[in-house]
Amino acid sequence: MRRRVSWLLVSILLLLPLAGVTPAASQGKPFDGVTVNVLTFTGPQIAEPLQRRGPDFGKLTGAKINVITVPFSDLYQKVLTDVATGTNSYQAFVFDPQWMADFVTPGYLEELTSRVNADKALQWTDIMPFFRNFSATYGGKIYTVPLDGDFQMVYYRTDLLQQAGLKPPQTWADYFKIAQTFNKKDLNGDGTPDFGSCIAKKRNAQSYWMVWSVAAGYLQAKGTREGSFFDADTMKPLTNNEAFAEALRVYVQTGQYGPPDELNWDVGDSRSGFVTGRCALSIDWGDIGPLAVDPKTSKVQDKVGAVILPGSPRVLDRKTGKLVACTVQKCPYSTGGVNHAPFAAYGGWSGAINKAAPAKVKDAAYAFLSYMSQPAQSSTDVTIGITGFNPYRRAHFTNLAPWLKSGMSAAAAKNYLGAISASLNSANMVLDLRIPQNQRYQQIVLDTAIAKMLAKELNIDQAMKEITDGWEAITNELGRDTQLKAYRESLGIPTK
Amino acid sequence: MSKAVDRPGAEEIPSAPGARRIKTGAGLGAARLRAAADWPARQVTTSFVLPAVLLLFFLSIFPLLVSAYLSLTRFQFVPGGFALRWVGLANYGKLLVGIEQSHFLGVPKPPTVVGWLLFGLAASVLLLFAVRGITSASGRRGVVGRAAFAVVAGAGIWLAVRTLTPGGFPGTLLTTLIYVVVGIIVQYWLAFLCAQEVAGRRFFRVVFLLPMMITPVGIAYTFRILMDLGKGPFAPVWRALGLAEVSWANYAWGARLVVMLGDIWQWTPFMFIVLLAALESLPAELIEAAMVDGASRWQLFWRISWPQLIPVTSTLILIRMIEAFKIIDLPNVLTNGGPGTATESLTLHAFMAWRTLDIGGSAAVAYMLLFVVTFAALSYVNLAHRRLAEAA
Repeated sequence: MRRRVSWLLVSILLLLPLAGVTPAASQGKPFDGVTVNVLTFTGPQIAEPLQRRGPDFGKLTGAKINVITVPFSDLYQKVLTDVATGTNSYQAFVFDPQWMADFVTPGYLEELTSRVNADKALQWTDIMPFFRNFSATYGGKIYTVPLDGDFQMVYYRTDLLQQAGLKPPQTWADYFKIAQTFNKKDLNGDGTPDFGSCIAKKRNAQSYWMVWSVAAGYLQAKGTREGSFFDADTMKPLTNNEAFAEALRVYVQTGQYGPPDELNWDVGDSRSGFVTGRCALSIDWGDIGPLAVDPKTSKVQDKVGAVILPGSPRVLDRKTGKLVACTVQKCPYSTGGVNHAPFAAYGGWSGAINKAAPAKVKDAAYAFLSYMSQPAQSSTDVTIGITGFNPYRRAHFTNLAPWLKSGMSAAAAKNYLGAISASLNSANMVLDLRIPQNQRYQQIVLDTAIAKMLAKELNIDQAMKEITDGWEAITNELGRDTQLKAYRESLGIPTK
Repeated sequence: MSKAVDRPGAEEIPSAPGARRIKTGAGLGAARLRAAADWPARQVTTSFVLPAVLLLFFLSIFPLLVSAYLSLTRFQFVPGGFALRWVGLANYGKLLVGIEQSHFLGVPKPPTVVGWLLFGLAASVLLLFAVRGITSASGRRGVVGRAAFAVVAGAGIWLAVRTLTPGGFPGTLLTTLIYVVVGIIVQYWLAFLCAQEVAGRRFFRVVFLLPMMITPVGIAYTFRILMDLGKGPFAPVWRALGLAEVSWANYAWGARLVVMLGDIWQWTPFMFIVLLAALESLPAELIEAAMVDGASRWQLFWRISWPQLIPVTSTLILIRMIEAFKIIDLPNVLTNGGPGTATESLTLHAFMAWRTLDIGGSAAVAYMLLFVVTFAALSYVNLAHRRLAEAA
């Protein structure tokens, strides 16, 4: 009896591989037996669509997609230590295109220009120019495939504003008026007081982009090429002047209308707070729009509006460091005397390929990234809140059908896409910082000083000094000329 | 008369000088032969120890040396890879006198009257301690050791007084020391209480051991949920108390307290289990005899149990102190080091620098931690541990 069982087991073991391999082999899929390890951040956003579509891609091509996730704050070093040490355990990365300066210079990323040009299914020109030319390109060469479009906007409750006869905020003064009106009122009918404004302010998360969304309108007025982080001639930080002080004052004041533990809120908390009806206003990327549609979690279905980031009627005079009133000369792109500077924070999650991966694996990795970005997949993914992917193709803006299918009303979809379009088409759009070791400038110096200011460890003047001194020290460490050259290139200004 | 000498095979024989030399030479040859024959046996010890030594070298000493080198360099990306540029002590300078000073050492303010009094008291005690080293027969090493301890401890107390003054702010160095000192005192006290003879002791023993079996990040997330005063389980209680507008996350000491609560909950079982083992190993005869003599519960503890527990207690504190300096998981998950930098420990400080590939800066923080731990451990061993063990 025992011998018979053994024979049976051996036979099953011998037949099992045949059962798994033979059908696929007979179909001759292009990437049979190829495994691609894709590294990205702990989901559910971003990882979810990759994990969900990986098996679909596998069925089509035979490739196996492993999605490995790490916390957002670890992603940068995880990618770089993997490639710099020659471990090369990941063949593709879905990360922040802002980091490209650090990834491309040492030659860690595969150049994708020829692949993209030869890939008709990708419909490259359908991707909006900003994401094609800034997020995907470095030094005139393509290194990433955009999978997401990122702009920060202000979200508001349409029902509340309508009841109170208020208009969406155009300036930060408007923002405060709305926040004050609804703060400590029950906004979702659960019997407990809610909040006028909810902004993610947790340290070492993704909050350092929020403060720049407030500051951008004060610092940059003469178009995208002017830049908002440094003086493009001297590389001196624009963080110790009256305009930045005013922006910090505004940022601190938002806390008066926020939840008591706002300093410990990350973007997950602020999104959850808004869609559960606890907040009248919030600053976020395009995620709240699709998240508010989900009937399982949202209490604000069809009650959400989005608007370009509020601006300022006064801007920085770079010669004097003073805050001066907008004029036609000083704010050529202003609307009604208000200077809007929509912040392309982060630049949108993008996929890149490890140059050291074997050729066949690189082919499979590129095919997967292209598959994820193609309109057939991405048009649906950008309408699902949990994906974290926001519109970045023309098709996403012009074709309303997927949005309506997701449960968004036509009016809400137009409002949401209109706010992103207004940001995307602004001639005064603010580009995120893309110079070597920008992580140290933003995630360490800026984030820490802002967190200390919010915690009252520093006052506004001390915070400005700490940021300025910290940025100057890093610039001096890494070489002012090198950093200036990279900064000018990121803004599209020819190097002197 | 023959005279034995220490060297084997070199027995002195009263004879002609030449004969003596021959005899000694023959003895030496035999000894060499015996030594050669014994060589494999002697190498057995070395060959057993060698793998462990090599492993220790590669896993501990080698990284220690490499990280010392890294702390003197700056990591930069260059075409084709990366480069480590020698910067000398610049990374340490940044922490002690540069842009990272307020982060590492804190923001000092002039001391208040109370601060001056406390510092004066501490300085007097340290001075007395150093002078006693000179007057007592503790040797040159003892004097230097006492003087070094007095200087470093005095500087630490001065830093604490100035950064804990209203308007000032402690840096990651002092925050870590607060975690260590407060944590160990409370943990020991709780563990001692738990180890007493109480009803349901077996049940509590199991319950109290549970935190040790949970991963530290799991504990941190549990405390994060528990301490969420907006949505957490205690939110209704908080609201009922009229404290809905107050959050620990906004206050430096509130956030530190929450981190310490988590740490105490996590580590008390370790103290408890060791103390319990020590208590159970105490001879019952002594206690029974004291009880017969009419000793009170306090006298039983103070006169009988405590002196026998001192060696265990001392070792326990030493182990826990070295471990406590490395706290990272709780502040990282609970507060990300916030509000501001209020809950950031030295390890988290180093980890955050490492995340942005400021490898030199990160290694410098790690080395500063190593210096502090070494100083604290050596001081504790020399000043407290040995004396307590000897007294016991």
